[in-house]
Amino acid sequence: MSAPAQAAALPPLPGHGGTGEPVLQVRDLVKHFPVMSRGVVRRRIGEVHAVCGVSFDLFRNETLGLVGESGSGKTTTARTILGLESATSGQVRYRGTELTELSRRRMRPLRRELQIVFQDPYASLDPRITVHEIVAEPLRIHGRYDAGGKDEVRELLRLVGLNPEHGNRYAHEFSGGQRQRIGIARALALHPKVIVLDEPVSALDVSIQAGVLNLLMDLQSELGLSFLFVAHDLSVMRHVAGRVAVMYLGRLVEIAPARHLFTAPAHPYTQALVSAIPLPDPRKERARTRILVQGDIPSPVRPPSGCRFRTRCPKFANQLTESERQTCVDEVPALIDRGGGNPVACHYAESVELL
Amino acid sequence: MTVIGKGEESGAVLEVEDLSVAFPTEDGLVRAVRGVGYRLDRGDSLGIVGESGSGKSVTALAVMGLLPATARVRGSVRFEGTELLGLPDARLSELRGSGIAMIFQDPMTSLNPVYSVGYQIAETLRRHNPGLKSRAARARAVDLLGTVGIPSPERRVDNYPHELSGGMRQRVVIAIAMANDPDVIIADEPTTALDVTVQAQILDALETARAETGAALVLITHDLGVVAGHSDRVAVMYAGRIVETGSVEDIFYTPRMPYTLGLLGSLPRMDREEERLTPITGSPPSLLNLPPGCPFAPRCPLRREACDTTEPALRKAGHDLHLSACHFADELVDTGAAEVFDAVGADSEALARFADTTTPPPHSTTAEEDSA
Repeated sequence: MSAPAQAAALPPLPGHGGTGEPVLQVRDLVKHFPVMSRGVVRRRIGEVHAVCGVSFDLFRNETLGLVGESGSGKTTTARTILGLESATSGQVRYRGTELTELSRRRMRPLRRELQIVFQDPYASLDPRITVHEIVAEPLRIHGRYDAGGKDEVRELLRLVGLNPEHGNRYAHEFSGGQRQRIGIARALALHPKVIVLDEPVSALDVSIQAGVLNLLMDLQSELGLSFLFVAHDLSVMRHVAGRVAVMYLGRLVEIAPARHLFTAPAHPYTQALVSAIPLPDPRKERARTRILVQGDIPSPVRPPSGCRFRTRCPKFANQLTESERQTCVDEVPALIDRGGGNPVACHYAESVELL
Repeated sequence: MTVIGKGEESGAVLEVEDLSVAFPTEDGLVRAVRGVGYRLDRGDSLGIVGESGSGKSVTALAVMGLLPATARVRGSVRFEGTELLGLPDARLSELRGSGIAMIFQDPMTSLNPVYSVGYQIAETLRRHNPGLKSRAARARAVDLLGTVGIPSPERRVDNYPHELSGGMRQRVVIAIAMANDPDVIIADEPTTALDVTVQAQILDALETARAETGAALVLITHDLGVVAGHSDRVAVMYAGRIVETGSVEDIFYTPRMPYTLGLLGSLPRMDREEERLTPITGSPPSLLNLPPGCPFAPRCPLRREACDTTEPALRKAGHDLHLSACHFADELVDTGAAEVFDAVGADSEALARFADTTTPPPHSTTAEEDSA
């Protein structure tokens, strides 16, 4: 094929951290979903602002965490990057190739290099075919099964910690953790370079979750993979991710190396999030002070003007003067380094030590 | 306050003894709870932790008398000295809400969608105080909504459940639970369906409810972090039994049951630098045909012959109130999870072979192939 929409890699984002070769570059990604009226003539009456101007780089051999609560747009971001949803606007570049402009046919060869593991290990595996077939499917689709594919599948099952003898069983015969391993084996089958992990362990009990996390971390470091790890669990994030990006209502609010993000978060939302996670350590837990936020996440159909977190922000409510608040209402805070060393989207960002 | 006579001799509000629950199914008897016992004094806070299927919720439902009629319940549940098992439903109803209140996981299904939240709170109030005038009930409902932290309660009182967010709904459920000043509140995974920032708010509201009513709290959860902050005592459940119990310090700092140790070692911690997790291999046993011996033995690295033949009883480990159901509990003194469990991840040989086949990229450029 002739080079499709070949464009050079973009310059990395200043101050976002990360080193080496950027594999996946996302710039100003926007995804809106239409809201239709009811009735016979369905008109568009609004838009869900699911993802609004998200930019980040994912580097080779890196795990980037994308964390946020439900409705923050983290899953939509992941799906839009892979073209599972079409982007409303913005750029997604995979090693210099612009993905948002590719046709499905041209996207197909790239799909081997960009894989996804879904959250629900019960819904993401076909119940009617054997596990061997599930893992073999990507090989078949890309015409690579005939050359020793059978052994390759057995090897993949062994790799993720399953007994290769169990290949002739069906998905329902496996436990949740084992199923998630099957999903991982399927994602690995084509030797991808980037794997998007969409809440890969949130459906699992902790004792099972730990095994899957260990597996993922081994794979990442040994195979030099790049992971975009989407999750809501901050403890898991700290454990697996090198850098963590925090999302709130469709926007990135802070991005920092995991260590910085957890010990000295600068955005009031990140602070609230870190402070809300209970620690499994009674003495520490009792000694902590909580930063409580008010209310719930606003509707993404009519997000607040200016800073989207202002309606729940403890800083906005308690510490700012009237004129300072006006800035929060009028101006969208840019995701830039405000003196703390990491990009923060808050006009009045200030690092706080929390742990 | 309570209709049923009190037997104050023991001082305990709730005593559960040797409680067993079995469900007959087509495949046989599922023994969901196998001899659970605990005792709750006034104002106590007990956390019950365990993974899915460990029997923690079924235990709570059995205490409340909410299991289906097919369930076979044995043992004893005494509330202020009165035996609850075998009590007719009408008499149990007197107790539910005013003696023991329950908060369920999913607030959407525990609230009635066709009545306003104010009506549902008033309903609870009038159920136990038939003389209460509806205006007074409404005023009290507004009060309660305010107490659990719902903004502008006088407006919210007329809302229907679907008009409220998940966090708000759970606050309403907590308001209903505390409405009749119960002596025991059982909260079954009260924050599992909620986001973390909302979870913190709800746990706060729960603490308020406890402080206002002076009720003892049974907090059932799979989240060890929640238990660490909100319970004084902890019971760890596995395969339908309590396998370790003690103060929260005992459980978190000096666990004496390999399962508890493994659970703690499996937890990624937000407050620590990265270290390898130690998962528990395998999965919990089926409660259908439980083999003899310790139910945790198949997953336990300390397993020996005795573990396969006799199921260990809950025995003193360390001090009087710290109990563990392990034959070899003494060997766990000053032992970390990493010394007992392996930090297994990917199969290292397979990984090395897989890495070999990857290194010279088999499809280095995307240009030359388009087989599709």
